[in-house]
Amino acid sequence: MSAAAPRYAVTKQGRGGERAGDRRKARIFQGLMFFSLAIGILTLAVLLIQVVVEGWPRLSMDLLTNFPSRRPARSGAQSAIFGTIWLMGIVMATAVPLGFGAAIYLEEYADPKRWYNRLIELNIQNLAAVPSIVYGILGLAFLARGPFGLGRTLLAGGLTLTLLVLPIVIIAGREAIRAVPNSIRQASLALGATKWQTVSRQVLPAAIPGMATGTILGLSRAIGETAPLILLGALTFVTFNPDGLTSQFTALPVQIFNWISRPQEEFKVLAAAAIVVLLVVLLAMNSVAIWLRNRYYRRPW
Amino acid sequence: MTQGWSPVTQDDREDPPASTDGPRIATEVKTRGQADTANETVFRLDDVHVYYGSFLALRGVTLDIPENQITAFIGPSGCGKSTLIRCLNRMNDLIPGARVEGKIHYHGQDLYDDDVDPVEVRRRIGMVFQKPNPFPKSIYDNVAYGPKAIGMKPPSMDGLVEESLRRAALWDEVKDKLKQNALALSGGQQQRLCIARAIAVSPDVILMDEPASALDPISTGRIEDLMEQLKRDYTIVIVTHNMQQAARISDRTAFFNAETAEGTGDRTGLLVEFDRTDAIFTQPADKRTEDYITGRFG
Repeated sequence: MSAAAPRYAVTKQGRGGERAGDRRKARIFQGLMFFSLAIGILTLAVLLIQVVVEGWPRLSMDLLTNFPSRRPARSGAQSAIFGTIWLMGIVMATAVPLGFGAAIYLEEYADPKRWYNRLIELNIQNLAAVPSIVYGILGLAFLARGPFGLGRTLLAGGLTLTLLVLPIVIIAGREAIRAVPNSIRQASLALGATKWQTVSRQVLPAAIPGMATGTILGLSRAIGETAPLILLGALTFVTFNPDGLTSQFTALPVQIFNWISRPQEEFKVLAAAAIVVLLVVLLAMNSVAIWLRNRYYRRPW
Repeated sequence: MTQGWSPVTQDDREDPPASTDGPRIATEVKTRGQADTANETVFRLDDVHVYYGSFLALRGVTLDIPENQITAFIGPSGCGKSTLIRCLNRMNDLIPGARVEGKIHYHGQDLYDDDVDPVEVRRRIGMVFQKPNPFPKSIYDNVAYGPKAIGMKPPSMDGLVEESLRRAALWDEVKDKLKQNALALSGGQQQRLCIARAIAVSPDVILMDEPASALDPISTGRIEDLMEQLKRDYTIVIVTHNMQQAARISDRTAFFNAETAEGTGDRTGLLVEFDRTDAIFTQPADKRTEDYITGRFG
């Protein structure tokens, strides 16, 4: 480009390179932010690779078909896998309806100016931050023993995990419902639909993508929780699969914890392999939720 | 062609919804052509005041809205036109703290009586909003939503959807793509879809809050033509900022203005003049009306 008069100069060298400093700063910051992202991704990648490499020798069908044993060569995680699957099933069946029901009530029906509703709002945020072992104690006192007296069973474990993820599901559900534009509600009501028809036929279908995300978040939190399950007696040497809601159980995180605590080196390899299994189960659950979300997310074009 | 369905047969109105969510309006709506000679008025407003909490938004409105005509509310911003129109179908109830004093009679019934079910009111008095707001569903589902929700059982839902889209002058443009998402339509098409949606539930009245203000002039013209046709079967009340539009299409015009309170600076709307449109625009009785329509303010 031929040089134009300084008043009109638009090239990078024009105006005597006055903006060169700004451009350099922009590039530096872009680099720094990419670096932050890279750290996060690299850490995750290193963890994954390390776990897979360490557990590789034991990643075989044995892991899925065998039950735990005192001899590492014969140990497997079948009881833990089934226990985890059962627990996630209970959490999904209870936390999803309860959580979204609460979210619908809080967003659509509760009067935000009333003091008790504001109190509820504040406390849901608090509950999401409570350490998981506190939920374990709660579950032990009220569900396993106490008024419900469920004993150290799958049901008690599942319900305790439900309580743990409920605040997360409620918060995510509220965000999803809040994101539905108010014009949709107005349009529905102006046609003569009732409030419930508006909520069930317009708001909820539109909020499904966000609610699916909330479910993913909840299940992801629940699958890895160890402390409450230990308190609830997820026995660490269970050689049978659960046969019902009242069965005793173990779960993958607990089994991993148990194996790591053993002195023999072979158990550490087993633990790494079990971690991989845990991640695969988590991925499978999330994939279902993501598929659901994509199926219902209708873009305008 | 349509299956002979018409929006004004008594059959449609007689079908009670499967689950009644509240008390029905006490008396039946008069069918077209059988209106009492003494009751050609659809709405009778008597000294209506509208409050939001303690703030008086609109005061002392008294007017009658006639059947099968287009009544326009004009006036500068903030003088209560939208507030008033939303009171006519109880949509103002949705705003917390909104309160209506005075009487609004719809075909002789007090709209704000305890016995009145707002859901039924909104079925009979429909609304089209300023910004087109189709549901994020297919075109077909948009139109069919209302009838399904209120429990209408037409002889053919497809026929009802087609009839509604024809009446909204949209059928030819969308008949091959009824399953397409409504949000893919242009702004003018979306607004006509909203009109079709409102028509599908066989209302008596269609309220329009600045229906063309978000549209380009061509779409606006089509909507105006549409309103001329619609008034044969429905009563139309329209809020508009566009004076020329009011002068073009309405039969009656109500001019609103606002007065500012001394201390607080709050603006309270009031009805200045209400008459036949040609009278308002050629021989306004009030000087404020004359100033507004000649563009001296607003």
